[in-house]
Amino acid sequence: MLSARNLEVVYDDVVLALRGVSIDVPEDGIVALLGSNGAGKTTLLRALTGLLDIHQGEVAKGRVTLDDQPIHRMSPERVVRHGVRQVLEGRRVFVELNVEENLKVGAHTARSRMADNLERVYALFPVLGDRRAATAGYLSGGEQQMLAIGRAMMSEPRYLLLDEPTLGLAPKMVENIRDVVLEINKGGTAVLLVEQNATMALSIAHHGYVMETGRVVLDKPAAALLNDDDVREFYLGLHPGEDGRKSFRDTKHYRRKKRWSA
Amino acid sequence: MTQFLEVVLRGLGSGSIYALLALGFVIIYKSTGVISFAQPAMMLTGATITSYVGPALGVMLFTGFSFFVSVAVAALLTAVLALVIERGAIRPMVGRPAFVVAIITIGIDIVVRVVTSGFIGLGARNIPNPWGLERVELAGLRVQERHLVSLATLALVVAVLFWFYRYTRHGLAMRAAAFDQEAALTQGVSVGSVFALSWAMAGALAAVAGSLLAISAGVDRQIWIVALVALPAIILGGLDSLEGAVVGGLAVGVVEALVGTYQRDYAPWLGDNFAVVSPYVLMLLVLLAKPYGIFGTPEVRRV
Repeated sequence: MLSARNLEVVYDDVVLALRGVSIDVPEDGIVALLGSNGAGKTTLLRALTGLLDIHQGEVAKGRVTLDDQPIHRMSPERVVRHGVRQVLEGRRVFVELNVEENLKVGAHTARSRMADNLERVYALFPVLGDRRAATAGYLSGGEQQMLAIGRAMMSEPRYLLLDEPTLGLAPKMVENIRDVVLEINKGGTAVLLVEQNATMALSIAHHGYVMETGRVVLDKPAAALLNDDDVREFYLGLHPGEDGRKSFRDTKHYRRKKRWSA
Repeated sequence: MTQFLEVVLRGLGSGSIYALLALGFVIIYKSTGVISFAQPAMMLTGATITSYVGPALGVMLFTGFSFFVSVAVAALLTAVLALVIERGAIRPMVGRPAFVVAIITIGIDIVVRVVTSGFIGLGARNIPNPWGLERVELAGLRVQERHLVSLATLALVVAVLFWFYRYTRHGLAMRAAAFDQEAALTQGVSVGSVFALSWAMAGALAAVAGSLLAISAGVDRQIWIVALVALPAIILGGLDSLEGAVVGGLAVGVVEALVGTYQRDYAPWLGDNFAVVSPYVLMLLVLLAKPYGIFGTPEVRRV
């Protein structure tokens, strides 16, 4: 179990980005993390994988635990060795290296099992196998995202944290990524999926969290979230009324006012 | 014609020393984004260590063998020194502007040079070697043996570096960290150890270059100035390119030798010692045509 408890993160000693966030990622689950821009999703991922430091951030209160061992003071490379890996938003492949070299860098901490893992990743993403000698910078956006995920799988992580893997991808490619996440999870890796595409995320997740302004405002099983009126309205774009219309007077809110007044 | 070819060979010989130095600059620049002005001090220190280790070994072994052993020892010790400097003075500055770090390296350069100069003394310290200024006849051309030794050393270093960057785990990690440090961190690459490794490698290369340079005239307090000739070499080769450093270094050596030989006959109005500034003129001309240097990469971009 990868957990955050009452996590508070401060950037530059001033900016409070997370205000007491608690989440749990069970060992075999897919957890969706939803929220609008600036809600603190990426900050939470950074806290989980030790990347706060290079962004001048630090954990001010609370803790991150992996199987009850605190890991929020660990360096990023040790977190990777413990089996928690993050795929950064925006793909971030090493553009001047070729596909196979990218994957080999991904295997930095698991060099001994590299041959097996290469085969596994090429089986997961056949398109990468076809283009293994191609310069990564010339792959299409979807292929680059697959490379970024494949690269993370090269060290056989127990927890995979995906930051907006479908950002800027065509609907067909979004489905592709969705299938891949399911398959990775079937292989025994827990997935924390940060997404703007709530429909996709909730359709495969077991549990979901919704964040706003540094807090978790909803914490429910994914199925319950899909039926939650607020989530339907704000994240899925569906309206509950019979004619699809709704008076704003009937709107329930969960701290929605905070945005404007806090 | 014979003279011309001899001059070119001589240029390649001194050029390979520039190339070794240039490689050190480029290795540090690629992984940390900073030009280390401490390289001249590393070169001076490496050569000085060789001048102490060499005589100690010379009694027991052939001079040629003891030369290489003492250079290897010096490279190792200089690499350790570079590691200590990196850990103590550079690592705490990670994330600060490159300009700040570059200025710090100038300070380090001065400190290390002053300390090392104390071990050199006023005169020149001899490095025992079997070549000196001896010449050898090669296909009708008379070349100094030391130039051939320099060229062979450069070839060996280039081969090892190629293998290292292409096939080893740490080499790949260094290339990855050079592109995107945060992404490298998420791969489990320790960026700190990448920095350390690049400083150690650059230190070792500088030590080798310094020792080769000192074959002819020994080690004195002023030889560090030669390391500055590596600057036009890396800039004309492209700051972030290893092959550029090699080509740039060799080109600078050849141009310097050619200008030194022929300028007096063909362009005497340029005055004496124009050869000294010729590398910078060459750099200017190349930059006019290729602003990123010959091998410098602007950026890989999808169109």
